Amino acid sequence: MGERRTWPIHLLLIVASVIMVVPFAWQILTVFKTTPEVARIPPTVLPEEFSLHAFETFFSTVPFWSMFAVSTGSLVLRVVGQVAVAALAGYAFARLPFPGRNVLFGLFVAMLMVPSQLFLIGQYGLIRDFGLLDTLPALAIPGMFSAFGTFLMRQAFLNMPADFEEAARLDGANPFQVFWYVMLPMAKPTLAALTVLTGLYSWNDLLWPLIVSPSGENRPLPVGLAGLQGQFGTDYPTLMAGALVCSIPLVLVFLLLQRQFFRGIASSGLKG
Amino acid sequence: MTSSAKSANRPGVGWALLFVAPATVGLVALYLWPFLSTFVKSFQDVPAFGPATYTGLDNYAELAGDGEVWQAFGNSALYTVLVLLGIPLAVVLAALIEQVSRGRSVYRVLFFLPVVTLPVAVGMVWRFIYNGDFGLLNYVLSWFGVDGHYWVADPRFTIYAFAAVGVWMGLGINLIILGAGLQAIPKAVYEASALDGAGRVRQFFHITVPLLSPSIFFVTILTVIAALQMFDLIFIMLRSVNNTALADSKTIVYLFYEKAFVQFQQGYGAAIAIVLLIVIMIATALQFRLQRSWVFYG
Repeated sequence: MGERRTWPIHLLLIVASVIMVVPFAWQILTVFKTTPEVARIPPTVLPEEFSLHAFETFFSTVPFWSMFAVSTGSLVLRVVGQVAVAALAGYAFARLPFPGRNVLFGLFVAMLMVPSQLFLIGQYGLIRDFGLLDTLPALAIPGMFSAFGTFLMRQAFLNMPADFEEAARLDGANPFQVFWYVMLPMAKPTLAALTVLTGLYSWNDLLWPLIVSPSGENRPLPVGLAGLQGQFGTDYPTLMAGALVCSIPLVLVFLLLQRQFFRGIASSGLKG
Repeated sequence: MTSSAKSANRPGVGWALLFVAPATVGLVALYLWPFLSTFVKSFQDVPAFGPATYTGLDNYAELAGDGEVWQAFGNSALYTVLVLLGIPLAVVLAALIEQVSRGRSVYRVLFFLPVVTLPVAVGMVWRFIYNGDFGLLNYVLSWFGVDGHYWVADPRFTIYAFAAVGVWMGLGINLIILGAGLQAIPKAVYEASALDGAGRVRQFFHITVPLLSPSIFFVTILTVIAALQMFDLIFIMLRSVNNTALADSKTIVYLFYEKAFVQFQQGYGAAIAIVLLIVIMIATALQFRLQRSWVFYG
């Protein structure tokens, strides 16, 4: 196929890419405009007078750093918890026989197929009854346990050769040592994929934080941004600035860890 | 435990149970039990305070006669069908990206940006683009002499407006999954057909689409499940700004949220969730049946 020309393909892809990027470009241009300029017809493309008032309004009305800390804290808690819990269970399901293993694993798979909304009422009741509403742990706890994560880790351990494991066992390592020093390091690509997927989901989630932070204390970024929009419904430069500032952290992480993101999505196809 | 402990190279059952205990406790307490309680609550009247009472099938009967519920299912179904139109687009784009060697990773990154942008931020940006008075979309349409509309304030257009954003947001994920599928197609197949004089378009329809059909099927299943659960866009574009178009634009998960967590009618909300589960199960089973006629397992 080397002799075929690729410029028509590039042309099509560039047109598609431009359509993908236009909303972001428009958002960034809007951030630097004044509120009256944004309402002009026809719209101006470049800001007539370069204004930073949008950022000033955003940072002076929204506790960005505390929202950022809540989003980050709950993400770390959820990711570390889920990866640890899922890796341990996945290893046992793949490598350590015990009575009732298939039945128990079947239960995990069954829960995997149930849409998340079916759990929300009960999860909310537990969080409320334990007095955890409006707290950081409330945001992270249900997501620390994941049938999907367990399933993914089991797959990773199933595909590993048994030789290393047996050698370590004969050297007198106990099952936890075998797991920790021998098997877990070999599962690094899957651990990275699970970390990225769980982190992405935790960072983006709106519905669960909305439910468990009724008072508005300890709000993560998505809930805070939604509140900003309720407050400044037509001040588009401020809204665009908020949307930009809150989105940038994850976009930067993605640009640094592209391969892990792509592999995570490809290995699982997890969506939403 | 003692018998297996005797043989030095076989770990005991105790270890295995220790390993699965945290995940199992979490699964039972936070998933299995909530699932069963949702099921039970769907047969109850659950007031915000005070004890619940069993009301048999009352919630389901009320649901069947509730115009708002039917409209929400209709909206979700329309949204799902529209978002599915993004899949042929993703297949074509994935095939195009696969054909180029230079710039491939740049394209992938650009198409993936909406996936790593907060959905709430995405909704805010598109709400601005859709603004009926000074939004970018109406301005661009005016170049072509097309009349503008109040895309997210007029309930005739809201679901279409959401679906366009849904396609834009989902493209990046679909491209990665389809791209992985494309790389599994042996290059020799293309080379052989090129020797036979097949052009790119012919190759696309006769090689790429059939050999990629398992991945296309997978993407379709995921897209339908995600689309039936759409919530964020409607919350951010309509609910958070008290847009009056909300009343006619509710999706099924939005209605569930409103009933269970705003009005705190948890019994009724639970019944909606159970119906959602049944709809998703039927939609998925239907696709597995239909795949026999179009998915090619070589």
